[in-house]
Amino acid sequence: MAQKSNVSREQTIIAIFLVIGVIFITRLFYIQVIDESYTLSANNNVLRYVTQYPARGLVYDRNGKLLVYNEAVYDLLVLPAQVKELDTVEFCELLQITVEGFRERLDKAKKYSRYKPSLFEKQISKETYGYLEEKMYRYKGFFVQPRTLRKYPKPIGAHLFGYVGEVTQGVIDKNPYYKSGDYIGISGIEKAYEEILRGKKGLKIKMVDVHNREVGSYAEGKYDTVSVTGEDLYLSIDGDLQEYGEMLMAGKMGSVVAIEPSTGEILAFLSSPTYDPNLLVGRVRGYNFKLLSEDPVKPLLNRALMGAYPPGSTFKMVNDLIGLQEGLLSLDTRYSCQGPGSSPIRCTHNHQSPLDVYVAIQQSCNPFHWQVFRSIINNAGHGGIRNNYVSWRNHVMSLGFGKKLGTDLQFELPGNIPSAETFDKIYGKGHWNSMTIRSLSIGQGEILVTPLQLANYAATLSNRGSYIEPHVVRAIGNQKTLDTKFKQNTSTINKEHFEVAVEGMRQVATLGTAKWYQIEGITMCGKTGTAENPHGDDHSLFMAFAPADNPKIAIAVVIENAGFGSTWALPIASLMIEKYLTGTVKRTEIEEKMKTTNLIQ
Amino acid sequence: MRERNNIFSNIDWQITTLYLVLVVMGWLNIYAAVYNEDYSSIFDITQSYGKQLIWILSSLFLALLILLTDARFFSTFAYLIYGLLIILLLVVLAVGTEISGSKSWFQIAGFGLQPAEFAKFATNLAIARFFSQQHLNLSLLKNRLFPLILMGIPAVLILLQNDTGSALVYSSFILVLYRMGLSGNFLLAGLLVILVAVSTLMVGTTYVLFLLIGLAGLLFFFMKRNRRNIVSLVGLLVLAIGFAYTVEVGVDRFLGDHQKARINVLLGKTIDLKGVGYNVNQSKIAIGSGGFFGKGYLNGTQTKYNFVPEQSTDFIFCTVGEEWGFLGSTVVIALFLMLLVRIVVLAERQRSDFSRVYGYGVAAILFFHFTINVGMTIGLVPVIGIPLPFFSYGGSSLWAFTILLFIFIKQDINRNALL
Repeated sequence: MAQKSNVSREQTIIAIFLVIGVIFITRLFYIQVIDESYTLSANNNVLRYVTQYPARGLVYDRNGKLLVYNEAVYDLLVLPAQVKELDTVEFCELLQITVEGFRERLDKAKKYSRYKPSLFEKQISKETYGYLEEKMYRYKGFFVQPRTLRKYPKPIGAHLFGYVGEVTQGVIDKNPYYKSGDYIGISGIEKAYEEILRGKKGLKIKMVDVHNREVGSYAEGKYDTVSVTGEDLYLSIDGDLQEYGEMLMAGKMGSVVAIEPSTGEILAFLSSPTYDPNLLVGRVRGYNFKLLSEDPVKPLLNRALMGAYPPGSTFKMVNDLIGLQEGLLSLDTRYSCQGPGSSPIRCTHNHQSPLDVYVAIQQSCNPFHWQVFRSIINNAGHGGIRNNYVSWRNHVMSLGFGKKLGTDLQFELPGNIPSAETFDKIYGKGHWNSMTIRSLSIGQGEILVTPLQLANYAATLSNRGSYIEPHVVRAIGNQKTLDTKFKQNTSTINKEHFEVAVEGMRQVATLGTAKWYQIEGITMCGKTGTAENPHGDDHSLFMAFAPADNPKIAIAVVIENAGFGSTWALPIASLMIEKYLTGTVKRTEIEEKMKTTNLIQ
Repeated sequence: MRERNNIFSNIDWQITTLYLVLVVMGWLNIYAAVYNEDYSSIFDITQSYGKQLIWILSSLFLALLILLTDARFFSTFAYLIYGLLIILLLVVLAVGTEISGSKSWFQIAGFGLQPAEFAKFATNLAIARFFSQQHLNLSLLKNRLFPLILMGIPAVLILLQNDTGSALVYSSFILVLYRMGLSGNFLLAGLLVILVAVSTLMVGTTYVLFLLIGLAGLLFFFMKRNRRNIVSLVGLLVLAIGFAYTVEVGVDRFLGDHQKARINVLLGKTIDLKGVGYNVNQSKIAIGSGGFFGKGYLNGTQTKYNFVPEQSTDFIFCTVGEEWGFLGSTVVIALFLMLLVRIVVLAERQRSDFSRVYGYGVAAILFFHFTINVGMTIGLVPVIGIPLPFFSYGGSSLWAFTILLFIFIKQDINRNALL
């Protein structure tokens, strides 16, 4: 049997060989050609997509001084599928986290995806990264990604700059540019100019070996995209003035806004109490944010945009301007004042009577302005009280009150100039008149303005009737000026009438309520305000511009619950004008007093 | 001089060429698998590829020696060589060096030598010698048992060395026995048991049912259609289907979750990336990502960056799959099939029983290695660590396969001269 050649057995054996071959080739065809998942897994094995986060644009002041820059930190990412056994204790010690925290983080990452990297520990400092880097080869599945954080050389401008934080899911859903873990401007100019500051993310595809070591770039970088650094912003802010203002406002609640009248550029923009913007950066942000948001003096509130105050006496020129425009007030008009015995509004100032519009502004006479207001509202033959009020309101709003000014900053509030409908609702249609709403004549009652509006009002007065939408960024990059983007607004009141108001304000600063704070060699035009406040002590207000004939700066200062406008708001405004126009402050005594006084209980 | 002319004019160039092509391809793939830019010369003998070149050259020298040896030497001293290797297997058990869990190495002057590799051709020689006896009466039980003992001794010794893969190689002699008259039912039964069990667990009984019926149809088409055959075929089919259900129900009912999980990992139904499944998974990824044309020579990322373990030895086929793609893999498989078929064809033309049996032994051993090794890399066969003949890095295996093959080539050259 053994000797006999057995053809069928030979063929069977060959057939077995061939069957195996066919099975193998079929299987190979399936896994190599048909099933794509292996290619994907291979890429997951070897390719690491590293997002290249660009540094945000830098921020300079109007003189080219650096206000905001970036600092390098490192995010530690984890690819759970590649994590191998590691010395957890040593690893946790390096990162200063607990072993429990380690497990939590890893579990969270696994839950997200085993094959996609997720954030393990964010914003590791350069120093910690230095230690970590040497040992990275022992921590398979972990790798770092450089990021940048904001840094502020001086602790100023917190409300102006706003802050940067991680994107929320809501933003990610709406905007495909953002991925989990990206940073985004949340408030201030960081938010307003997010798209300019953020730059453009890049992507690097790197190859790693089984030990998680980088072994080069994929396809010689053919599919890499380069990140583009964010563009720099040049602010209209004067860094020195800003810093000086914040120093003066220390210990006071309120706001200062200064504007260059000819351009609408904001020179100083501050809200007090403030905080060091460095506090809301990086890993300490969450903790500090909580602390700040729980502080009863509300340091996070941007009072310059969101604080709404009755303008008090600073509003008096508005009624004069409307009276002049409507022909109901002239330079010859005289009203008498009975001082504290005046009715329906008392006068607290000691001055001559009867008096004209200049003296009325200079001495901030309440009865005079009540008479002017009454004449406007009661003006016969103009369609009645309600129509007169509507017309009055239109004039007021043309001066930038009761509406958003269209600044480039976020979260601006419109303030309030009550509409006729509001009074209809409160008193009933036809049941209200000038007497009912008499508080409006002296900037009280329902009127509310923001410090920005008050400063813009000063700028409008200095420009004799027009303003350019106030803004804080004057250029993007080094050339692109933005000033043309902001529109000029002209009020409904003729230019010549502003000369009357300005002259009154000049007298305020030379003869009237502000004469004690004149600046040597500079003529200032201003108006104090002491705003009654149903919640507590009066607010101290002052708005001004200088120099009188060639205005370079318009300013508004509001200090909450600080009493007379001339006591606190005026000296601070005066010092800031001096600082801005002359570069130094000679009245060091006043400066010292302002700096050191704490008005917050 | 006449003798030498005789050798090269009678040598079967098909087999020799196939051998050379496979060895060179293996070398190039080892270079690609462990490619290292710091040692970029393929001749660098500090690296595996440089060493493999030494192994290749020395193998060629061994081949030449065999060709120059008298053909009768191997049949004459078959039992002696066998006995010597058995002694070596025993010695290595006592004084051998343990490398990755297997106590199967002699460490000589920095080179490791694995007697288990050489025991294969020695056993093959002994079996061929046994079957070449004149008037061998295979109906006697002792004559049926003897070849089993010849295979069993080295298999057990190698098993004791903890080298399961190499021990399993001896089961491949079933092909030789089949050729020598063992009932095909043994072969079929063995194949069916494996096939049915694995496929049932992988795809479920429904598909297996179709598979079995298809297979039965195929057999029906090829075999002599007499009544007896048809009856046994139908019986077998019923038996197989019953077995399939038994396996499915048995695993489901009688195995614990833990054991079931293990089986599933083995079958690739669940992926355990860190444990048992890691090698196979990475290997499949490497091969699968090769695509139709492959990533190009030296461009394989998975193998080059060491994602596949043991890629120059047991998993060398990954490099082929990844860098040369479906096209290259098919070529390699085709080359192996050509070699196997050629060996069987040559074996059949032998006039001496010794040469024929030896030839079938060569084909069986190579076939087993090829099937298990390639099957393992593409996830069809459980991970059993045995090399791919002529391809895998390693001196012992290359030497042993060269000796195994060239003894047969030498027998073939002398097929006419012998009688």
